Amino acid sequence: MPELGQNQLGVDLSSTVKVMKGSKVKKGRKKHRDPRALSPAVNTIITILLGILAFACIFPFIYVIIISFTSEESIVRNGFQIIPKNWSMDAYHYLWSMKEQLFRSYGVTIFVTIVGTVISVFMITFYAYAISRPQFKYRRFFTFLAFFTLLFSGGLVPTYIVVTQFLHLKDTIWALILPLSMNAFYIIIMRTFFLKSVSESILESARIDGASELRIFFQIIFPLSLPGIATIALFSTLGYWNDWFTALLYINNPDLVPLQALLMKIEANLEFIRQNMDVANMQLSIFSTIPQESAKMAMVVIATLPIAVSYPFFQKYFISGLTIGGVKE
Amino acid sequence: MKKFARDIYKNRVWLLMVLPGTIWLLIFSYLPMFGQVLAFKKFRIDPDGFFASVMNSEWVGWSNFKYLFSTDDAWVITRNTLVYNIIFIVVGLLAAVGTAILLSELMNKRLSKVYQTSILFPHFISWVIGSYFVFTFLSTEHGLLNHVLGWFHIDAVSWYSESKYWPFILVFMSLWKGVGYGSIVYLASIVAIDRTYYEAAMIDGATKWKQIKHVTLPMLKPLMIILTIMNIGRIFNSDFGLFYQVPRDSGALYSVTNVIDTFVYRGLMNLGDIGMSTAAGLYQSFVGFILVLITNYIVRKVDEESALF
Repeated sequence: MPELGQNQLGVDLSSTVKVMKGSKVKKGRKKHRDPRALSPAVNTIITILLGILAFACIFPFIYVIIISFTSEESIVRNGFQIIPKNWSMDAYHYLWSMKEQLFRSYGVTIFVTIVGTVISVFMITFYAYAISRPQFKYRRFFTFLAFFTLLFSGGLVPTYIVVTQFLHLKDTIWALILPLSMNAFYIIIMRTFFLKSVSESILESARIDGASELRIFFQIIFPLSLPGIATIALFSTLGYWNDWFTALLYINNPDLVPLQALLMKIEANLEFIRQNMDVANMQLSIFSTIPQESAKMAMVVIATLPIAVSYPFFQKYFISGLTIGGVKE
Repeated sequence: MKKFARDIYKNRVWLLMVLPGTIWLLIFSYLPMFGQVLAFKKFRIDPDGFFASVMNSEWVGWSNFKYLFSTDDAWVITRNTLVYNIIFIVVGLLAAVGTAILLSELMNKRLSKVYQTSILFPHFISWVIGSYFVFTFLSTEHGLLNHVLGWFHIDAVSWYSESKYWPFILVFMSLWKGVGYGSIVYLASIVAIDRTYYEAAMIDGATKWKQIKHVTLPMLKPLMIILTIMNIGRIFNSDFGLFYQVPRDSGALYSVTNVIDTFVYRGLMNLGDIGMSTAAGLYQSFVGFILVLITNYIVRKVDEESALF
């Protein structure tokens, strides 16, 4: 009862405040501004400051796109210009001539991203859900098992030895997938999410109806937790798409090099691919000089484009995901 | 024993659910922890597999550590890792909170959304791509920066071999990539603050500045503390890509770009010195672990609610 009273009071107060404010604004509209608003000068300064920051964050990408369309002669003569003297599509024609490797790497990245994300989502949600249930007798033990890995890490070298000597994953596609498929941090986030969003009463009624725990998980929990699961899936997808480190460690076979890793060694690769291409390949002879610099930038554009294009759509899920589960209960 | 078997049976569904994750944790987290003993051994591959290799390698006591700390490298990588991380934590916190407050105060909300979208963009870019972004500015022959210096008749700088500029470049790049994420986290927290606090402050005659100082910042304090503890706990770890890709692995810059992570990586991949790089890795894990415990202990003393565990 007292809670209700307090609440009522709060509502009354704020509405009074609103009325007062409203009348104030009405009386002296020309002389007084809304007291909550910034002065126009300060607002302009903030708009400009943030504008510079926002521009600085996307300008490099625009700049790289421009360079990729600059003719190689222009780059050699004038450097990377914001408005180049001579435009050219040579870089993209050139990349097209090595499309096998590009498509291959794109394929590897897409495969790894999809398979990896599916595996991660299942492992993480299963684990997190089990340790969020009070019926699970050993939940504390398994929570600690995951949490401790956040505090103390096995280190790069032992991990490398485990992956190469114990699992023998070097130069296999699984070396790109498995090492990234779990993350204790996501387990803790999902656990908090389940603790907050899944109420025991729904589960009780399902149990009374005779549903098994697995059936409850797939038919009730999974749909109910879709926002949380989508967040984990998004984090995981981005993690796989942008990964180059595992490839740097474990992959030498050019057939298994993902996009980011291809880009990383692009200088060496441009040379390598050029040398390995059929000498009789006439496509190449159309280039008087190899568009080395612009081709690099064209590769950057090609690798970034999927993220840049989908970014405005997934951004809001990402932002809502940030607040979905604190680390603490 | 019988009771244990019954408990296992009773919890079988849950155990089944944690099974894949547990196997992963055991192989990819706990097995490497056990592998850390290689820091005290001289690693030799045994034909009988991984365990035999680890067990049968000869004990060498502290000699890997002695070797590590006898070189200048140990001091340089520790200094670089700590100093960069301290700067990143302080500057990153100020920039993120500052940007979040400015974004929340911006009168044009549509513009605020557009700004958020652009500021967050670098977060989704890998450092491989980031390093090309940097290259377009710093390339000695073609880069924008040398071009601009040319207008002022200043000689071109060979950026990738001049170490004195890199502390600034690395801090700048770390901010470039991180400020968006940080500010969005704080912005979400600012938006959640009850508006009536501000109304009450205004009735008391608080200026905008005073509202920020006495309402917004105190409300953000718990989040600032928890994120800072987590960062301090990771103060011995660095963003590998920032220190490896962005300087393009340039040897001339190692004195200011080599951190524990890059040192361990190069020790393993370039030198093949398993003993010493494992020792460096264990040094990193161990000190990091102690730091989390200490920070958490202090926070717990000061403000129990904000402690991580």
